[in-house]
Amino acid sequence: MKKLYQRYSREHCAYLKKRKKKKIFIQVARVGILAIILGLWELCAQLKIVDPFITSSPSRVAKTIAGLYESGALFRHVGITLAETLAGFFIAVVLGYSVAVALWSSDSARKIAEPYIVVLNSLPKIALGPLIIIWIGTGYTAIVFMTVFVSVIVCIMNTLAGFIAVDKTKLLLLKAMGAGKAMTLRKLIIPASVPTLMNTLKVAVGLAWIGSIMGEYIVSKAGLGYLIVYGGQVFKLDLVMSATFILCLLAGGMYGLIALIEKLVTKQ
Amino acid sequence: MLEFEGVNYAYHTPDGETQAVKNLSFAVDDGQFVSVIGPSGCGKTTILSLAAGILSPSYGKVRRASGEAGYMLQRDALFEWRTVEQNIFLPLEVKKKNTPQMRKNALALAEKYGLKDFLKKYPNELSGGMRQRVALIRTLAAQPEILLLDEPFSALDYQTRLKVCDDVQAIIKGEKKTALLVTHDISEAIALSDKVTVLSARPATLVAEHMITFGGNSPKNRRNSPEFAKTFEVLRRELGI
Repeated sequence: MKKLYQRYSREHCAYLKKRKKKKIFIQVARVGILAIILGLWELCAQLKIVDPFITSSPSRVAKTIAGLYESGALFRHVGITLAETLAGFFIAVVLGYSVAVALWSSDSARKIAEPYIVVLNSLPKIALGPLIIIWIGTGYTAIVFMTVFVSVIVCIMNTLAGFIAVDKTKLLLLKAMGAGKAMTLRKLIIPASVPTLMNTLKVAVGLAWIGSIMGEYIVSKAGLGYLIVYGGQVFKLDLVMSATFILCLLAGGMYGLIALIEKLVTKQ
Repeated sequence: MLEFEGVNYAYHTPDGETQAVKNLSFAVDDGQFVSVIGPSGCGKTTILSLAAGILSPSYGKVRRASGEAGYMLQRDALFEWRTVEQNIFLPLEVKKKNTPQMRKNALALAEKYGLKDFLKKYPNELSGGMRQRVALIRTLAAQPEILLLDEPFSALDYQTRLKVCDDVQAIIKGEKKTALLVTHDISEAIALSDKVTVLSARPATLVAEHMITFGGNSPKNRRNSPEFAKTFEVLRRELGI
């Protein structure tokens, strides 16, 4: 701290100190809120203010997760849901990007596809649940299909919007250089829309989780969505809470991973 | 050499058609710096697009000697994810001329005009004037026969503008390039060009042509010359301002 005073003016040091204080406050508040919620929850359950059979409690959740871990079921369920989500996510992103490229390259195709995309986007995907079961069956493919279906439309729309938002001056420049569609795509559209792609990934990862859990609600024999549905049916709310808690961790982790990739990619 | 001969051009929109250029004829000789001035919205950019071959005339002919045209825009349009060096190589990549020899020439050009220390930097680390210089070197990298300049200084603040204006003129003259500049700035046109072509309001057609000979080739000398104000006055009247 002494060194700091030597390097900067008193005023600047005060500014730095204030900044640091605020940062610490925010971190403490973040963790604090969680601790208070968990603490109150546990307390209410212990003192029987609420019925822990209905509300569960942090200690019961911990016990349930430990039980799942010991029986070896934990990683099986987590692994299955994670695999379904990741597979659906990647297929949706790649498919969405390809369709966006196709729609970008033809104005007519874009106009023709527009009403279909609008309708598919507003359709509640779960309405297709019965059809998916009958057409694709009750295996993991059905869940991956659901995941793709839920996230792909937004991938197409976001990516395409990013392509179209590319600076017109730069487009004119390339045109004047004699660049065709493929060259424009490669040299300008794809690199210029990397920030939008990163945003699309963030939205898509959230939707992929919705898709995979929804898929497991409809058809499944394992996975976190299955645990939640099963727990609800047999009134094991500890199980429901535990699966939800694990889901929070996984979804948060995956989002964090993408945010990290974004930071690395857009750093220049 | 670039020649417009009785060129007409109309834009078509669902609301109807707009005649942008009407029966326009003028020529740019090799090594000449020609400015086209006209009231704003008179179709100056259309004329450059016609010259570049992005648009084809409805009637009439645009003749351009074989060889490439290099287009320089109002905004520098540098690709911010590419370094200065990669930006300069862009036209080589697009025109499939990305040979070691061409790259070497482009780099030599960049070094000659003071970009040596900036080659590995990104555009957002450069000042507005420097960015416009990079844009010019990028335009020159593909060794175009003729440069088409679309108000390349108008996005700059006044001081930078004067500097970049002189800078660009010196580089273009130094490289012995032919240039066609469109602008609405009368003093810029007088300071830079060998010939000023005055256009009417839309549809653009030729009003007058003036050879500018006073003050040598230096924009600074021209601005300081007593002839400057006189020429300015004549052009101003012809533009109807």
